[in-house]
Amino acid sequence: MSSRTLPLLFINLGGEMLYILDQRLRAQNIPADKAKKVMNDIITTMFNKKFLEELFKPQELYSKKALRTVFDRLAHASIMRLNQASMDKLYDLMTMAFKYQVLLCPRAKDILLVSFNHMDAIKDFVKDTPSVLSQVDETYRQLIEMYTPLSSGEFQLIRQTLLIFFQDMHIRVSIFLKDKVQNSNGRFVLPISGPVPHGTHIPGLIRMFSCNGEEVKRLQFRNGGNYTGVLREGSFEMFGERVIKLGTNMYSVSRPVETHMSGTSKNSATERTISPNPLAKEELNMLARLMGGMEVQKPGNADSGFRVNLFATDEEEEEALISRPDEFSYDVIKIQATKNQQANAELVKIMGDFTEEAGEPCSSSANSKGDDLLAMMDGL
Amino acid sequence: MYHKEKSIQMKSSASALYNNLSVLRIAPRSLTYFTVVHANMVNMVSASWDGLNYSHRQLQSKEANVATSSSLIMQAAWCVLPSRDILVLTSQKGIQMYESDGSIMVYWHALDTPETQTAQAVFARGIAAVREKYICVGISSGSMLVFDVPIKGSNITLSEVLEEHKESITDLASECSGSLECIADMVSADDSGNLCVWKSGEDFQLLNKIPDKAIEAFCSSVKLWKGTVVAGYGTGQIRLYEAVTGIVHAEVNAHARWIYSLDIAPFSGLLLSAAEDSLVRVWHLTMTPETNSVEIVHMYNECVTDTQICGAKFCDGDGYAFAVTGYDLSEIIRYTQV
Repeated sequence: MSSRTLPLLFINLGGEMLYILDQRLRAQNIPADKAKKVMNDIITTMFNKKFLEELFKPQELYSKKALRTVFDRLAHASIMRLNQASMDKLYDLMTMAFKYQVLLCPRAKDILLVSFNHMDAIKDFVKDTPSVLSQVDETYRQLIEMYTPLSSGEFQLIRQTLLIFFQDMHIRVSIFLKDKVQNSNGRFVLPISGPVPHGTHIPGLIRMFSCNGEEVKRLQFRNGGNYTGVLREGSFEMFGERVIKLGTNMYSVSRPVETHMSGTSKNSATERTISPNPLAKEELNMLARLMGGMEVQKPGNADSGFRVNLFATDEEEEEALISRPDEFSYDVIKIQATKNQQANAELVKIMGDFTEEAGEPCSSSANSKGDDLLAMMDGL
Repeated sequence: MYHKEKSIQMKSSASALYNNLSVLRIAPRSLTYFTVVHANMVNMVSASWDGLNYSHRQLQSKEANVATSSSLIMQAAWCVLPSRDILVLTSQKGIQMYESDGSIMVYWHALDTPETQTAQAVFARGIAAVREKYICVGISSGSMLVFDVPIKGSNITLSEVLEEHKESITDLASECSGSLECIADMVSADDSGNLCVWKSGEDFQLLNKIPDKAIEAFCSSVKLWKGTVVAGYGTGQIRLYEAVTGIVHAEVNAHARWIYSLDIAPFSGLLLSAAEDSLVRVWHLTMTPETNSVEIVHMYNECVTDTQICGAKFCDGDGYAFAVTGYDLSEIIRYTQV
């Protein structure tokens, strides 16, 4: 469908991830300097010039698996560590939050305003670090350049592409359940009240005209809802009031986030039917190019690293990992960021696992399938 | 006016695409077929009128040189021709045509897809059966393909390519009143809200072009009945135009969100509109040929709670029953008149 969807998907999901991590860092009382370093490192990686260049190229959306791999890497772009269960939960929250925002956007074009809300918040996170700030500003410019000329039809296509990506995801998020924006069956509440989008009229009026354009009759009808007015248009520039609240930070230290795995749709096997090859070579290469632009910190010494837990206790985290239903597991490709032969061989092995032909897993670099990918990884 | 009936369960949920429901009524066999698109597949359900028998079939999108395609389907619709019914699927890669029960693919047309990915998306969307022998399909470039369909067999040929629209085609509709007096045979709508009115034949003839004056216009669904074009817009408005002249008969502030589907019951003049705002509305159209006027009145509302509706169709020519699909919903919801 739309080949301009990936940047919006990435930036909005990234934004949600930062909101959640920020909340957890504070809830766990991580020292301010360390917390700031984590946020800066992740944001620096997210807006790396080379990475963004790849991201903004016209391309189809990645599979859920591939995108999850990118975010795994991004989350580990700093001294912070996350266990599998926490990473799973983080990703669930990010995706359900953005799904909600896409679904509730009054106009398709407002997805851009949602993106700007995330960008505004990211800018605030790094306001004291000029080098990162300039990267963020550059991204604003790229977003404005790419998206503001698009028509409403093209935005709807982007929105429809995103909705296909999020189809059948009904994970229940406690903050949504509490705020009554999500039902207990995992579906979002779509109100038939409140203001109508900018450019739309409140339903209820029929006007009929004669052949020469004169209005000859007016009829009113009951619209069945409770609409209260028309939204103002938000700002599509680097600064300005966005009007739309979707995409702003809904977390705070006192509002912990939990997800519930049960009670979701049986049809969550969508991913398997859409990509029969879990990760086709084409996608793997695209992924490598994208992640090749991500400079990831080496694990470093044990002292500076620390672990963040998305759950209230370590026991809960362990329990969550064990009890996660199979159909919700995100199979992630574990790609090491170290520059040694061992890692390269590992990568070829992983690639071997994912390609159709059952070739030698640990073949030499003569394996042409791995060439592009290896070349990329070598540069890290 | 209507009450809810038992829903039909599908194998997978409906995707958020315009006009995402097609209904074919097969009176001789007391069956109704429904098709709904889910990403790269089409769910086909056949339901017996006594409500006792349901059977399912799933059709997959096709791509050259690939066993299983992940190419997304934009629309699936039945084309009813005098001698046969053809099921048409339009995707990112091409156009597939099947015999009405979906059992045999009779024709495949591949779209020209560029070598490297371009910013402009490539897909086919907009399907209509026109007069006795044509099936028209729209393309994202704005072109429309006209296929000539024989009475039986798979010798379907591309008869003409209509290049009038400059933006992606969103929907096509043919005159559905059955009247042979109507001059206009087909209407096409595009991404920027422009409507083109055509006469079919060996060479299709452009009768009129109705530009849209609003800047943010987008027409997602269009119907043609007794020479009147009914168009549904992204702003939630419905407009009625006289096809050959472009004169606006009526303007309705119908929905609070993007309209996704329109349908007309040709024998009764009932109009069905459905939108992302969770509402399905039923209207009634009356023509007064003497004064050359068209009236539209509102009849009924149905709220499908917490659902962004993507398809709504009458199940019969009188509008006695209609069916609805929604994004993320794995059922086809049905309503019948009380």
